[in-house]
Amino acid sequence: MYHWDFGILWSYRWLFLNGLGVTVGFTVVIVVLGLVFGLFGAFGSLSRFKAVRLVALTFIEAFRCTPILVQLIWFYYALPILAGVEMTPITASALALSLYGGSFYSEIIRGGIVSIDKGQSEAGAALGMTPGQAMRRIVLPQAIKRMIPALMNQSIIQFKNTSLVSVLAVPDLVYQSQVAAHDSYRPLETYTAVAVAYAAILIPLTIIVRRGEKRLAVGE
Amino acid sequence: MNDISKIEIRALRKSFGSNEVLKNISLDVAKGGVVALIGPSGSGKSTLLRCINLLVVPDGGSVRVGDTRFSFGDGSKLPDVKTLAKFRATTGMVFQHFNLFPHMTTLQNVMEGPVTVRRMARADAETLARAQLAKVGLAEKADQYPATLSGGQKQRVAIARALAMEPDVMLFDEATSALDPELVGEVLAVMQRLASEGMTMVIVTHEIAFAREVADRLIFMRDGVVVEEGPARQVIDNPQEAATRAFLSHFHRTGALPPANATS
Repeated sequence: MYHWDFGILWSYRWLFLNGLGVTVGFTVVIVVLGLVFGLFGAFGSLSRFKAVRLVALTFIEAFRCTPILVQLIWFYYALPILAGVEMTPITASALALSLYGGSFYSEIIRGGIVSIDKGQSEAGAALGMTPGQAMRRIVLPQAIKRMIPALMNQSIIQFKNTSLVSVLAVPDLVYQSQVAAHDSYRPLETYTAVAVAYAAILIPLTIIVRRGEKRLAVGE
Repeated sequence: MNDISKIEIRALRKSFGSNEVLKNISLDVAKGGVVALIGPSGSGKSTLLRCINLLVVPDGGSVRVGDTRFSFGDGSKLPDVKTLAKFRATTGMVFQHFNLFPHMTTLQNVMEGPVTVRRMARADAETLARAQLAKVGLAEKADQYPATLSGGQKQRVAIARALAMEPDVMLFDEATSALDPELVGEVLAVMQRLASEGMTMVIVTHEIAFAREVADRLIFMRDGVVVEEGPARQVIDNPQEAATRAFLSHFHRTGALPPANATS
């Protein structure tokens, strides 16, 4: 019978906290950047111009249909060789994760926009709104409500995907816990603690978002 | 009629793919005139209505409302989005399925056009919106969301929303077709009062008795062409074309309008 000893982790607390800080900071960056890419991808794929649609779709499918682990390695090791673009591990992984997340956000945002009844933008147009005004005032406020659960879901996945940056030696929580596990010979305790740390951050967040959703649901 | 007509449509053509929906349609509506468009579904009457405010862009012909004219077809450039938006702001439209904005209260729905399109100050827009809501008998519903209203109330809000833009012309696209029978009357009553106040109106409708009562001209369309046109009572009581007779035989053409029980 395995004898659990979580007490030993206390001596690595600064290592874990450091790693947690990197993980959380990284998530904020890739969620924000990912949403920006997602907006471009979504509006690109809804564009009137075929060339723009094609570029957006190529971006979405290239990142959506290949493994994130391969993308991370590719951005860090292949781009310098192929394009002469040198990046630090942090830049490379932030970019890869943002684009990867952005491809999924694109589809969520696009799906939310096209799910709004065409009569809504028609009613806006009939009042004399430009397509941009109808999008901002009428379609997006309704679409965003529908997107929120899926965007939250994808952001949770993004948060957990940051664990993959350890392959490029970015010192996130998982990377630091590897260090601690090797040092303490206590991998079970270490990784269990890591899982608890992830859940401890995510579960309160999901509760907040669920409450927000309810508040947004007025009028429906 | 030409020099005083508010709406003038000439040689209008529209196809969706290989399906020619409008074939060389011409139409005039006098200032203050009320024209009813009737016909079987698929006859092109809704498309014609949507061409008047260019929600549907025609393939050929011309559309004039007031002083603004657009030509379509070979060699003519399609109007840009700003020009289109400005043009549409002068025409009000009411839809079969209301298309109220569900994320806004009734008052906000009616204020939306004046605030966003006409750049009116919020306080002025609110005064205007409350006046329009009162006009359709719904002043007390100002702070409710559309989801809490009956179909008839929703459609009256939609009319108030269109009127808040103070349009020259009102277009009604089967405004009562989605309503329960007992709610039709309250919407027709609002439309009838609007007509009596001198609003220029084009009404796509299946309410033949209402068209007979309120419209001064009636147009019967089938398969993308105008089959018969004339004074509403004359066409309904004494149709000249066999197709018009066959269509009208499905309706009670006279008699009282449905009772209006919810208007102020």
